Amino acid sequence: MRAPVVLLINNAGCWTLNAVSLTDIVKQFGDFTAVHRMSLDIAEGGFVTLLGPSGCGKTTTLRMIAGLLDPTEGEIAIKGKRVNEVPIHRRNLGLVFQNYALFPHKTVADNIAFGLKYRSVPRAERTAKVKEALDLVQLPHVADRYPRELSGGQQQRIALARAIVIEPDVLLLDEPLSALDANLREDMRVELKRIQHRIGVTTVFVTHDQSEALAMSDEIIVMSAGRVEQAGPPEAVYNTPASEFVARFLGASNVVEAQCTGRDGQEIVVENADLGKLIIPADRGPLIKAKGPVKLVIRAEKLALAGPGAAESATNIAAKVEAVDYQGQAARYFIRVGDLQLQAINMIDTSPHSEGAYVSVGVRPRDCTVLPGGGE
Amino acid sequence: MTVEAREARQPWILLSPTLLVVTLLLFVPLLFIVVYSFWLRTATGADEVGFFLDNWQEALGDPFYRDILLNTLKIAAITTVVCAAAGYPAAYFIARSKGNKALLLLLLMLPFWVSYIIRTMSWINILGVSGALNTFLMWTGVINEPIQMLYNEATVILGLVHFLMPFMILNIFVSLDGIDRNLEDAANSLGATRIQGFREVTLPLSLPGLAAGGLLCFVLAAGTYITPLVLGGPTDAMFANLVFEAIITQLNWPLGSALSLMLLVILGVLVLLYNHFLGMAQLMKGLG
Repeated sequence: MRAPVVLLINNAGCWTLNAVSLTDIVKQFGDFTAVHRMSLDIAEGGFVTLLGPSGCGKTTTLRMIAGLLDPTEGEIAIKGKRVNEVPIHRRNLGLVFQNYALFPHKTVADNIAFGLKYRSVPRAERTAKVKEALDLVQLPHVADRYPRELSGGQQQRIALARAIVIEPDVLLLDEPLSALDANLREDMRVELKRIQHRIGVTTVFVTHDQSEALAMSDEIIVMSAGRVEQAGPPEAVYNTPASEFVARFLGASNVVEAQCTGRDGQEIVVENADLGKLIIPADRGPLIKAKGPVKLVIRAEKLALAGPGAAESATNIAAKVEAVDYQGQAARYFIRVGDLQLQAINMIDTSPHSEGAYVSVGVRPRDCTVLPGGGE
Repeated sequence: MTVEAREARQPWILLSPTLLVVTLLLFVPLLFIVVYSFWLRTATGADEVGFFLDNWQEALGDPFYRDILLNTLKIAAITTVVCAAAGYPAAYFIARSKGNKALLLLLLMLPFWVSYIIRTMSWINILGVSGALNTFLMWTGVINEPIQMLYNEATVILGLVHFLMPFMILNIFVSLDGIDRNLEDAANSLGATRIQGFREVTLPLSLPGLAAGGLLCFVLAAGTYITPLVLGGPTDAMFANLVFEAIITQLNWPLGSALSLMLLVILGVLVLLYNHFLGMAQLMKGLG
């Protein structure tokens, strides 16, 4: 039985098809539920990142899309067609692994041509396509080498070339940058995005690295313990975390217990013994419906420290610097405000504040996020 | 002494006990055998010391020895092929099983705790005239008279396969276990069915293990004399039985020496050939 083809209208008003749709996907391993009833639509050409700590179900989800795992419940559709019963070798997907998984006994050219061979592409065309793919990953001279003769970064480029040369419907990347060292990882990040943009292939990227997710994605799906915590564009997920988990997982955040003492359509009044009273725009706390305990989330880089003698303002709070983590162009401060210890990351103007210094902390109400509190 | 000099000396110091044992118990006796093979046994029963080629002429020239040698190699080859064909799926199963790998490997090792001779003789209780199989067939009425199933070439091969299978499985297992499972997944994602992926990726990458297991099986099978002695008929003698016969029964040490050296050289060449191909296999193995 085939599910009906789902057509959507995108911003430009064209009829488009979701490249990948997951509907109520559940995956259980024995008694353990790795993925809880997850639904997800990925638009054609999109770059979607599944982000989360290890064990959050992101790789399990990717492997279900790939056909390496069967979902316990739910439907997986690729280009509008149900693929639950389609074996992996007929799904037309490009798969890139963390450890490259190049065939060690085949040359680079034979590795890349592997998928073409099983698509009955004629030999001459195969050679041309392999060359094209090697050009795309900027390694035109390695066709006759064996994988072990290449560096890690080069091997990952070949793995990418092997996955995209078959013109897959979806490109699935399972932590492809994790095995590379830091500098190379950033280069490959740019490179990967460039290639994805160039060929326009729908991409699902799995990572535990928030900076990769923020830098590369059109949409980030933050997962925790088999559930989607938040889905949205990088900026939205970063600036408006929908849960404490997301706030803590992406970047450095301060999460402070506070009380909501008033709310109307425009503003939320939040009070904390140490921070005082903050009047926050209502759109920064859409989940706050009534007075009561809340969690106030303030990103570390949104706490601005100023030395003594700086002009006082409504939100200026006195604090003492307890520790300084010098990072070159910026510094991370651990500051004490009454009973609270907060983190602040500030660019360094001349020299960083020193340990033990008294500073005043500025925070803009619209940089805060208010989440429902208490419940836990 | 410099650090480098100490480090250069260290392997030799660590190896010296082994080298001593190997020299005294393997190379020196081997040298005796080489010398012996050129002596001559006289009609009186005494050995004449000298340089005679008579033993070598007999060993190399007599069609009796040649036929038994060829038969020995044939039996070893059949045993190896059967072990490989039956052992590969078992090794694959163990390598791909989740969790209970250690238990399966322990079960594989279990036969080694029972003497090889006892394991070989156990077939007499199974296949003999009053053995388990005949008793069962008579009880079910399939046959009225017990069938003589023992003492032929087939039972010799059966005994050898029984003895050598664990060696084959272990070698293939080690090789398969070292293959990254993502390789098969990658092959499947690129459009290869499971069988195609196995043929193109897993099988070639496991060839070193298959070759190592094959070599071990072949060499051990070709050098055996207990299995044909226990499970073979009068015409199923293998080459090692001739050596046994010459040395133990006829007390003709010079001829026995020449015969055993012949077998040693043939199997040695095989090992060298394997080494040559292993080099190629290692080349293919690469990072896998």
